[in-house]
Amino acid sequence: MTPVEAAQRKFERVNEIIEEHGREQSALIPILQEVQAEYRYLPEEILTYIATAMGLSVATVFGVATFYAQFSLSPKGKYVVRVCDGTACHVRHSMRVYEAIRSKLNLRDGRFTTPDMMFTVETVACLGACGVAPAMVINDEVYGKMTPEAACAIIDTLLNRDGEN
Amino acid sequence: MSVQQTVVIDGLSVPIEGERNLLELVRKAGIDLPTFCYHSELSVYGACRMCVVEIDKMGIVASCTVQPQPGMVVRTNTEQLRVIRRTILELLLANHDRDCTTCDKNGACKLQELARRFGVQDVRFGQEDAGLPIDRSTPALVRDPNKCILCGDCVRVCGEVQKIGVLDFAYRGSDATVGPAFGKCLADVDCVQCGQCASVCPTGAITIHSDVDRVWKAIHDPKMKVVAQVAPAIRVALGEEFGHEPGWAAPGKVVAALKSIGVDMVFDTCFTADLTVVEETAEFLERLSSGSRERLPQFTSCCPAWVKYVEQYHPNYLANLSSCKSPQQMFGAVARRFLGRELGVEPENLYVVSVMPCTAKKFEAAREEFASDGRPDVDAVLTTQELARMIRETGIDFDKLPIAPFDLPFGVSTGAGMIFGNSGGVAEAVLRAAAELLAPEKTSEIPRSRLVFEEVRGLDGVKEATVNIAGNEVRLAVANSLGAAAEVLRRIESGEAVYDIVEVMSCPGGCIGGAGQPSPSHLEVRKQRTQALYDVDTMQMLRRSHDNPYVKALYDRYLGDVGGKKAHSALHTSYGTRRRIAGEEIKFSSEEVDGKLDVGVCVGTCCYLHGSYDLLRGLMDRVARHGLTDRVDLHATFCFEQCEHSPNIEIGGSIRGNVTEEDIDEVFEKEIRARLVE
Repeated sequence: MTPVEAAQRKFERVNEIIEEHGREQSALIPILQEVQAEYRYLPEEILTYIATAMGLSVATVFGVATFYAQFSLSPKGKYVVRVCDGTACHVRHSMRVYEAIRSKLNLRDGRFTTPDMMFTVETVACLGACGVAPAMVINDEVYGKMTPEAACAIIDTLLNRDGEN
Repeated sequence: MSVQQTVVIDGLSVPIEGERNLLELVRKAGIDLPTFCYHSELSVYGACRMCVVEIDKMGIVASCTVQPQPGMVVRTNTEQLRVIRRTILELLLANHDRDCTTCDKNGACKLQELARRFGVQDVRFGQEDAGLPIDRSTPALVRDPNKCILCGDCVRVCGEVQKIGVLDFAYRGSDATVGPAFGKCLADVDCVQCGQCASVCPTGAITIHSDVDRVWKAIHDPKMKVVAQVAPAIRVALGEEFGHEPGWAAPGKVVAALKSIGVDMVFDTCFTADLTVVEETAEFLERLSSGSRERLPQFTSCCPAWVKYVEQYHPNYLANLSSCKSPQQMFGAVARRFLGRELGVEPENLYVVSVMPCTAKKFEAAREEFASDGRPDVDAVLTTQELARMIRETGIDFDKLPIAPFDLPFGVSTGAGMIFGNSGGVAEAVLRAAAELLAPEKTSEIPRSRLVFEEVRGLDGVKEATVNIAGNEVRLAVANSLGAAAEVLRRIESGEAVYDIVEVMSCPGGCIGGAGQPSPSHLEVRKQRTQALYDVDTMQMLRRSHDNPYVKALYDRYLGDVGGKKAHSALHTSYGTRRRIAGEEIKFSSEEVDGKLDVGVCVGTCCYLHGSYDLLRGLMDRVARHGLTDRVDLHATFCFEQCEHSPNIEIGGSIRGNVTEEDIDEVFEKEIRARLVE
């Protein structure tokens, strides 16, 4: 599939998702979730389109999309790294892990995503994996008992894997 | 015999008489519980918590969210409640830009008033200075998010009363804000600039974009001849700014005040309202007798927020809007064209100021349609509030001002022009004129049935009536708010109702409830202003626009025939479609390659509802099938402002409207493939 075809396919998916869920206001959150799964974020023009298709005010759709932490309005990297900073992880120095990854990926100031769109690094309030604190999750995989060194090694593995492909 | 049901409030037994919540009951008992987020005409939000009370067996609750129950024992003033209220105020103040002295709302701010009432002298939580940008993008309103206390009043008035929803909450917790989608400015979204948000805002977060300085400059410029026009609704509201009861009618005071601040001549917008009625009635009778219902019902077009609403949301009804300019713009047109000549002033040295109850009139005056050679017909629009500010600035004692008459030639008006300020007033004025024009015989005594049309009066949201005018049944609807207008349009579209004429005023109550009027402007106040305008009408010798001798003279001297060519060029206009929100299109290809054929399919609301997504898919299929993906830049876009021809496709810079699914093959072959083969 060419990039153009892929982009068109994504947009067709948006329409299918809206058709599947219907246009009741209560369908908005599941629609946003599935659309985000397609685009990895919620682009402004797609949110405007969803509001149009559902007959909602754009401000309302924007309000819902910004209220929930699960939605992102800016593009995320291929790998989304979430370092847990809940109480259990925090006392076991999760911020050192977080800072180590950020400095390894050269993320400074307000940046959370690398320019090559490979990594997004964030904190999360609790992953529910306190037994293996400090924890982090990359996409859907959980990594426990993290140290700055171990975390950087995992990032290296991912970088190498992508380099080979 | 039924026993009176009561609630005990601070030891006093208070009867329950249908109050919707405990707050209303407490206020009925004479205790003014403070609130920021409570408005009797909006839904209950319960956010500000200032109206907390202590109820036996229930504890501390926000009284606005509690139904009064018989036997409740309520305390409104305990040490704990006092601490809660004061803490809330301190927390709000900590997040609030407290630069009160330079705030537009200084002296009229609810937060300031309550901080004073509760004696807040110290804010223990410091001062947050977020330094968020101030939105001055529209000529009507200024939005300063640094002063927002998140009460949500604006969100609810825009969503519930006007049913537009330009503003909403965004983000959460300490990051929460209120504003348009994507943090855009008001000019880039579908705000109609009615300003109802500003009129309910308790702080300086949404205020009126002031033209005061521009007007002072003109007044103090010796070259300028400054002329003002005064809308009907001003004369029954300006007094409120100086301590008079709502509905205190004082047209002579308004004229005297304007003269005293330095305006050279003061005219009456009611005069051009008469002119509007004459033109609009002729237009209506013409449409009615044309035999076709194509441009019926005729919609009034005096309200600029309503016109913008039609442009954005219902472009299929643009042809139904009366082509008559609003009274404000008719005044601008005749002043710029003829008044300079009458007064011996060079047209560029004539400075035209409007005094309006309305913020959207500022937007209207700035519209391109109402300018010639770049100079707007109306130079500046002052709201009632701004005029009051100018009067106060001079130090003139409003009450000691003698009364003064409007100037000629645009100072005489009829009762029909006066009631333009009320919801139903424009419809009634047109009915009076139509009844006169269609009357089989002219009598010197006008029967009351041809003058007063009770059916269109009152403050209901949608008013419907069928009026018999000289044997003709005229079906009309009056919409009192944009939410009500949406309902009228729904009835038309569903076929539930057929109308010949529809009047819409965006603000509840009509212009007397405009956002430029003094605060407060709640239902009771609006009722009094409405009645005052009807009283002013009753007092007039002349109550039908056609009887205005100065209107006749204007036609004789300059405008020729009613509805004729000259009148048309000066007094009529047309409106176009308008996109709702500025933003990006949905691109399917990230790289911009020269030589690609640009094909955009509109997926804005009108086009979407007319099946544009199916067109887009059809084109995607064909482009892919013929292997043209890298030669065609196909994208979905929002609004070419050609909504009346929806669905629209733009191919290589030219727009093609009314495309159906059957046309896709032809469009693709002739307009896309053929071009690429060339």
